[in-house]
Parts: sequence; structure tokens; C-alpha cells
Amino acid sequence: MKPFSYHQPDQIPDAARLLTSIEDSKLVAGGMTLIPTLKQRLANPPALVDLSKLGSLKGITDGGATITIGAMTPHAVVAASKLVQAKTPGLAALASMIGDPAVRSRGTIGGSVANNDPAADYPAGVLGLGATIVTSVREIAADKFFLGLFETALVPGEIITAIRFPVPLKAGYAKFKAPASRYALVGVFVAKFADGVRVAVTGAGSGVFRVPPMEAALSSNFDPSAVAAIKIDTDGLTSDIHAEADYRAHLVTVMAKRAVDAALS
Amino acid sequence: MGNVIGIGAAPKRKEDQRFLTGRGNYVSDIKRPGMAAGVFVRSPHGHAVLRGIDKSAALAAPGVIAVLTGEDVKADGLGSLPCGWGISDAKGVPMKEPPFPMLAQGKVRFVGDMVAFVVAETPEQANVGAELLKIDYEVLPSVVGLLEAVRPNAPQLFDDVPNNICCDWELGDKAAVETAFKKAAHVAKLSLVNNRLIGNPMEPRAAIAEYEPGTDRFTLWTTSQFPHVVRFLMGALVLNIPQHKLRVVAPDVGGGFGVKQFHYGEEAVITWAAKRVRRPVKWVASRSEGYVSDRHGRDHVTEAELALDETGKFLAFRVNTLANMGGYLSTFGPNIPTNLYGPLLGGVYTTPAIYCNVKVVFTNTVPVDAYRGAGRPEATFVLERIVDVAASEMGIDRVEIRRRNMIPKEAYPYQTPVLVQYDSGDPMGCLDGALVAADVKNFGIRKAASASKGKFRGLGYSTYVEACGLAPSRFAGRLGARGGLYESATVRVHPTGQVTVMIGTHNHGQGHETTFAQIVSEKLGVAFENVDIVFGDTDRVQFGMGTYGSRSLVVGGAALSKATDKVIAKGKKIASHLLEAAEVDIQFEAGKFSVAGTDRSKTFEEIAGAAYVPHNYPLEVLEPGLEEQAYYDPVNFTYPGGCHIAEVEVDPETGTVTLVNYTAVDDVGTVINPMIVEGQLHGGIVQGVGQALFENAVYDEGSGQLLSGSLMDYCMPRADHLPMMKVATHSTLCTHTPMGVKGCGEVGTIGSPAAVINAVVDALSHLGVTHVDMPATPNRIWRLLQNASLPVAAE
Ligand SMILES: Cc1cc2nc3c(=O)[nH]c(=O)nc-3n(C[C@H](O)[C@H](O)[C@H](O)COP(=O)(O)OP(=O)(O)OC[C@H]3O[C@@H](n4cnc5c(N)ncnc54)[C@H](O)[C@@H]3O)c2cc1C
Repeated sequence: MKPFSYHQPDQIPDAARLLTSIEDSKLVAGGMTLIPTLKQRLANPPALVDLSKLGSLKGITDGGATITIGAMTPHAVVAASKLVQAKTPGLAALASMIGDPAVRSRGTIGGSVANNDPAADYPAGVLGLGATIVTSVREIAADKFFLGLFETALVPGEIITAIRFPVPLKAGYAKFKAPASRYALVGVFVAKFADGVRVAVTGAGSGVFRVPPMEAALSSNFDPSAVAAIKIDTDGLTSDIHAEADYRAHLVTVMAKRAVDAALS
Repeated sequence: MGNVIGIGAAPKRKEDQRFLTGRGNYVSDIKRPGMAAGVFVRSPHGHAVLRGIDKSAALAAPGVIAVLTGEDVKADGLGSLPCGWGISDAKGVPMKEPPFPMLAQGKVRFVGDMVAFVVAETPEQANVGAELLKIDYEVLPSVVGLLEAVRPNAPQLFDDVPNNICCDWELGDKAAVETAFKKAAHVAKLSLVNNRLIGNPMEPRAAIAEYEPGTDRFTLWTTSQFPHVVRFLMGALVLNIPQHKLRVVAPDVGGGFGVKQFHYGEEAVITWAAKRVRRPVKWVASRSEGYVSDRHGRDHVTEAELALDETGKFLAFRVNTLANMGGYLSTFGPNIPTNLYGPLLGGVYTTPAIYCNVKVVFTNTVPVDAYRGAGRPEATFVLERIVDVAASEMGIDRVEIRRRNMIPKEAYPYQTPVLVQYDSGDPMGCLDGALVAADVKNFGIRKAASASKGKFRGLGYSTYVEACGLAPSRFAGRLGARGGLYESATVRVHPTGQVTVMIGTHNHGQGHETTFAQIVSEKLGVAFENVDIVFGDTDRVQFGMGTYGSRSLVVGGAALSKATDKVIAKGKKIASHLLEAAEVDIQFEAGKFSVAGTDRSKTFEEIAGAAYVPHNYPLEVLEPGLEEQAYYDPVNFTYPGGCHIAEVEVDPETGTVTLVNYTAVDDVGTVINPMIVEGQLHGGIVQGVGQALFENAVYDEGSGQLLSGSLMDYCMPRADHLPMMKVATHSTLCTHTPMGVKGCGEVGTIGSPAAVINAVVDALSHLGVTHVDMPATPNRIWRLLQNASLPVAAE
């Protein structure tokens, strides 16, 4: 790990100012992704701006038709939240499937969404539920936020403060864990709203994506059988030592069925 | 006063007190005054010419003390890392043995090959220095796969090793095997891959070296399973340090599994560097560094054929294997896929003719060497797989075909056609026990229950034997060993009767401090708590070959047993004097020396006291003191074995294999501590299950990059992958070890891969699947099911 300066602001504007004034500085939330890259000397920011003193970024609030989760809320808190469990159990289940207990108690939703790892779980929940990413400067719809491999719509100096999720009629998540990392080899989030169904897939390609044919099929019949015969094109899907593209494509169908099953149970 | 806790008892492990309270003393816990930090610079290329290294920027960096390279090694006239075994081909031509410089010279041959060592005031400064080195590589194509490496025109690692073949080794009677195949009613054939593994001990490797100019002595603290062997190999053959000027300490070591039983270049470089910079130097590997430098295991490609008569009796077995050595010969490298492989191909069967050819091959990968089981899991996998293939092709039940060919208990000692003679065993007894313990009778019910959920259930057997307790030196010498394989122990009885044992084996998780103390407690009748075991320091322990090959109890325990017998014998002499009785009339039992048929006796403590305060003592004929030493060289290997039964459930939708039941009934000879034996079996089985279902070291052909270079991509087995295991022992006693012990460290790893894969194949056999390569990953199973092109159960 190379030396860096460390800042712990207690106001969002201060954090934003530090971030823009020190070139190449980085925000640190749970550090679960950032710290390993520092240890491997793959990144060497001159400064880290720690978000942990920003109280307003923590916690989960009930907005009736929405749930708002502060960016600094750890996965374990989301998984255990009575509110999330009651209103969107699929999202609580997703949080409970991330990593291991240590990772869940440090890693945050803001860090996960900002990082946009192609195999991370939250992007599927955020896109699947059509959530809104609230930042220090604006609000961004999930459909406009995830731009591919570790790419997001965030601009330098922009800090995610919260994610606002609409409450669905039903939602479920099914994850096929990569054998070693236990990230999603393929994860599928399905959410049923009054005006239709959204299906978001993580792990299979270079970034989270929706599956319009499955959405259409489930909108008319919200049942596992509706997607059982829908095959995903292997174009753009990842092939690596753990899974070939056609296997990943197959798993999208299987996980979609299981996600619907989970949403119905 | 504590109690005797002897053979067969299961006390809690003595060493766990310090481990569980965070008071272990590992290499990376050690700090020396004035200690500098070292970092190895490793090749990022699988194969390249090393054109030159510009050190200037690195040397100018703050805190950098020295930068050492292969050129400096050459200038100092240091030796190459030695190979402990020299094997030969059928014509007696010795293996090709290219030099293995401790820092690369002229060429790099695998990703991770060491190119330079940077010493600085702090690890951070050493890292910065390392990044500033300018290394000029001319990148060459790499070859990593065995089939690719022996192809004509494959990239060649060494100019004088054509086709990358280090040795074309063979064993057995080729002509007899050919004749038998001509008479066969059926020939079963199988091609398989034994996947490459990375040991991943919990503690990464580390070393500290220090040089004392006042005494001209070196001390090396290293994460080693065999400090005396490191002292010999490094001192005598690499660095030219006289043995009495070199102390090697292997303190607490956090797991080895073979990974730490080699002499590594890092140890030599750091010891050499410590003298050059006149500072203690410390290096601790990161996990990622371990992936590209810890010796890997397995990596075979095999074609096997089994000839049978019409009743399913095995007539002959023929095996052709390519075995990966990686970029250089590691300490035991060429011994593993040859001498520890071929002689095990007889298994527990009466196969009269066996022939085995092994081509030992260099590739641009980390050197391959022993990993828990070393050669025997590979042999067992080939044999136990092909037995299943033959059974299914001939329509004979898998248990029945094993029974028809098994060596009956009465036939021991049994001479196999491949060198080894089994002294004792009861494979049928283990099989019978396992069938009951695994509730095979009701498997059909469980299979139907799985089917009703759309899952395929399978059962797999592995009835196996292994050879351990390495090793009879004379026998090993004939096979190519360049050292002895005995063990030594000193039993020091203190004037107050407590005992310190100095033993040449090394405890790095096996529970020796407990097991060995039980042996002494039982034999001398002293309290368990009054026995301490000292190991891992060449200045404190007389000599030793270390711990590997399930040898510690078998060979080290035998030396310990012999040394305790000598203590008793001397004690009898002292007692005979004190009790004024003839020596033949002195009996020793339960810690008391007594005159037979009388109530006159002396306690063990009284005898110890008399030995050290020899006022009333036969000084004319007996030396004072009570300390005895024994060296033990085994007369044969030991042959633990048993029957493992795995039960799996396959989800055809995703290809996921779940191990649902596991049963092992093993013959490990006398059990000293059943809790420790059970732990060894559990750990061993888990590692075998890891090989069968999860672990795979994958290299990229061409670039030589390790694609599974971290725990994110190399899948270790985890607790939730495993069912509760049923393990039991069904022991016959070893006829040639003092206590009848056979060793239990590797049996789990040896028996289990075949059991698991046989179960997976059984689960899929109705779809025409006849073999599954390891690891049986979901993707691989799914692909097989696709190719079987049968309808996959929906929902
Ligand atoms: C062993 C292990 C297993 C894991 N398994 C999984 C898994 O199964 N599924 C999964 O989804 N994830 C997994 N993760 C990742 C984990 O979920 C992390 O929590 C997550 O990737 C990052 O969150 P963090 O709070 O740790 O962010 P950090 O590591 O602190 O930051 C990550 C990145 O996001 C930026 N950032 C952080 N917060 C903000 C913010 N509020 N606004 C803008 N940018 C921000 C940082 O600058 C940095 O670039 C695993 C991690 C580990 C170590």
C-alpha cells in the first residue's frame, strides 16, 4: 500500500470539496473493494476521503411507496431491516447473499453501486426495481446510471448519498454464486409493478442489463413457466475459467425462473 | 500431579492452548534488531529471455539497501537449487537436470520465477525499489499444457532438453502386460486429467535470515516442514555454508500440505543477502505471491487400460502418463509422479501384471512437487476410476468387481508386481464396514427421493491403499533418493522426572505435541503434562528429515519409541543397582521399576534423580544422566488404506454437484489419539473433495499467465460445501513398525477424489456419461448433459 493522506469530513460539501481539490483522491466507504486494490498497489490515490462520519448517509427510511437506503448503509443492515423485509423481501434477500458476514457488515450499498462490478448483486436490485440514485448534486434513474464494466454516470466529485427504491408488488432475486468468489456468476432480479415487470441480470455480461422479452412475458403471466423457454443470446456474455458464455446464458433463464419463484413464495 | 494419558486416549491438543489464545510464534511474528525488509521481483512472463536489469533507479530510491540479481549469484559462485531425487529411464539414462538458479539467469521460465531481490529499510521502500527496476525481457511463447509441451516444435524451455522431456520413466513388466492384454476377454480404456492444485496453507511462506560476524554463523527462520533438510540442501549445496555455521529454525508453521517441504530459492537468497547487507532481512509472501511461487501439485494427463477375463478378474493394467514438472525440478519433483505413483497402481487388487510409463515434462508453469498424498491420489484416481468403467462396461456390480479382485486378508504379506510388498491389510473388512456405515442398502430410496425433486443421485466407491511412512532409506536409494529417510528422537529425562523430547519431525497442525507426548506418557508412565516435544530448530534437535508423506508417527514415532525403550533399559540398570537385584529381575510398569515377585520398587522420578545425583550409582559401568537417542530407518513403507463412499446429488438444471453424504472406513493401524486421527481424516477428505469438485489451477496457453491466481478464482472447499462426514477406523496392525501404526495424514486426500467422481458418474450414468474430469464444476457437468442431449428435467 502506498502512502496517502486520510480525511474524515462530517459534511457532504466538505467531502465533495476534498474530492475535487485533491486530484485523483478517492472516496472510501466500507473499503471492501477499495482497500484490496490499494494493498495490491493497483491504485495509489494521494488521498482517501472517508464517508463514515457522514451520518446523513446512513439508515433506511420509509417513504410509503418508496424505501430510501442511505449510501453508507452496510449490506447486513439492509438484510436485517424489518422494513425492507416487509416491503421488498427480494432486496433484503439479495443483501443477505452478498459475500460473507464480514463483508456484509463493512460493505455499503453506495460503494457497491458506485463500483458497478459486473458481478455485484446490488446493481441487479437497483436496475430491477428501477431505483433512483440520489447523489450530492442530482438524482439519476437506474436505467441511466450503469454504463458497463465498472462505469457509471457519476462524474468526478459526485457522491452517492442514497438509493430510493419504489416498492414493488412482488420481487425476487436468484443468484448462482461463482464457485470461488461467491459473487454472482449469474444473478437475476425480477420485480412486478402495477405497470409491468422488470428483469435485471448481473454477472452474465460486462454490466447489469435488462431482458425485455422476459419482462414482456412476465408482464402478461407472472409465473416461472413464462420465462422457461426464453433463451438469452450469448453475444456480449462473459466467458471465463468458471463459465462459458452459453452456460451463463442458460443460467439466466434458470435464475429468472427461480427469481420469479422466490417472488411468488 | 497429572495423569498418564496414553495410547488410545483423546486428550485435547496441547498446542491449541497457544494457537487458540493467539500466542503462537510464526515466522512473521519474529522481529530482529535492525531488521530490513526484502521483496522478490518476479517474472510477469511465462517464458522470456532476460536481456538485462538496470538497477540504478532502484538503488537510488530512498531506503533501498541492495538489489540482488542472478548476475550477483553467478559472481558469488553459488550453487543451483538441488533436486533431492535423481530418477532414470528404462535404459538407466539419468533424468535431465537443468540448473535451477535461485535468481533467474539468462531466462525466466514461469510467471513468478524470481528475477531480483530488493532489500530496503521498510517493506514499502522495498516495493518502491522493486517497481523502479528496469528489466529487459524478450518475451517467448510459453507452453503450459502437457500435450502441447511434448508436441514437435513446442516452445522448448531448456536447449538441452528436447521435447521438454525430463525423463521417460517406466515400471513393471511390459511384455507380460502385452501378453495378458492379448488374452483379455474385455479391455476397459480411460483417458483422464488429474487437475493441477495449489496447496494454500493458511500461513503464507516467510523467512528471516541473520548473519553474526562475530561467530560467522547464520540463522534462518523459515516456514518449513523440514529445517534440517533445508540446512543441508542450502548450506552444503547452494550457499557453501558449513553445517555447524548454519542454524535453521522452523517455528510454528501454519499448515504445509507439502507446500513447505521443499528448499525454496527465497530461503537461499535471503540468507545470502543477510550476510551481504550485514542486516537481518525479512520477507513475508502475500497470498498472491504464494499462488505463483508455492510449488503446485498433481497435473497429469493419463491413458489407462485394464485387461479383464470374462469373470471380471483383472489380468493386467497399463498406464501411460504425462506428468508436469513446471519450469524447473523442485526438491522432490521427479519422484512424485514416478516412485510415488507407479508402485501404487496395484491398489488393493491381485492384478498380476502392471506396466506404467511416465513422461516427466517441463512446462512454463510453477514447479510441481508433492502436495498432500503426492502421487498416490493420482494413482488411486486412475485405478479406482477404471475399475468403475470396467464394471459398467461388463455389467458387473461395482462392489462385486472389487470383491472379485481384492487381496484377501489371509494373503498378506502380499507382493505386488510393482515393487511394493504390503505387510498387512483387510480391504474387504473396510469395504464391508463402509457399506453398512454408508447405509448403501437404502440408497435406492434416497435416489428415488432425489429423482422426485428432479435431481440425480449417485454413489461412488473408492477402495484404496497407499504407501507412506517415507521411507526405507536403502529402498529409496535404489529408486533415486539422494538422501536418507530415517528419523531421530532424543528423550531427555530431567533430574525431576519430567521429559523433553527432541524430534526431527515438524509439527505444523498435525498435533504431534499431543500424540508424541501420549506415547511417552504411556511408555514411561509419566504424566502427560510432564512431557514437552521440541522440534523445528537445528540447534536444539539433533537431526531429522521432517514431516511429509505421513511419516511423522510412523518413522518419528518409531524413533521416539526406540529412544524411550533405551531410557527404560538404562533405568533398569540403575534400579538393579539401587534395589540390589539382578537386572533381569527388574520389571518396569506404570512408571515403577520393581523387583519381580517382591514389593521392592523405585519410581521413575527416583531413578531419574539417582541418574543425575550419582552418589549411590554404578559409575564404573554406567554413565550418569538419563537421556537417550534413537535413529529409526523403516524396513518397509506402511500401507494404510480403506474404503470411501461418496454420495452426491446433481442438479441437472445448473449442473451443480452437492456432496450429500460421505463415509470413510480406514485402516491406519494402531490409533494413538482417535480425535487427532479423525481430524486428519476430515481434513484429508476435504482436500480430496476440493480436488474433485472445486480446485483447479488454470494457466493460459501461450502467455503462461496463471488465470486462477487468487482465492477469487481458485475455489477452495468451504464448510458449507460439505456434509457431516462419517469416519471410522478398521485397523490391522502394521507388522514392522514398533507400535503397529501406519500413518493417517494423507489417506483422506488419497481415497476421496475417486469416490466423489465415481459418485458423480454414477449419478449421470443413465444419460450415458462414463467419465467426468476434475473438478466437476457446474459448467462442466452442464456441458456433459448438453452433449448427452437428453431432455433435462424441468422445474
Ligand atoms: C470477500 C469479498 C466478497 C464479496 N462478495 C460480494 C458479493 O457476493 N456480491 C457483491 O455484490 N459484492 C461482493 N463484494 C463487494 C462488497 O459488496 C463491497 O462492499 C462493495 O463492492 C463495495 O462497497 P464498499 O462500501 O466496501 O466500497 P469501497 O470499497 O469503500 O469503495 C468502492 C468504490 O466505490 C466508491 N464509493 C464508495 N462509496 C461511494 C459513494 N457513496 N459515492 C460515490 N462513490 C463511492 C469508492 O471511491 C470506490 O471507488 C465482496 C467483497 C469482498 C471483499
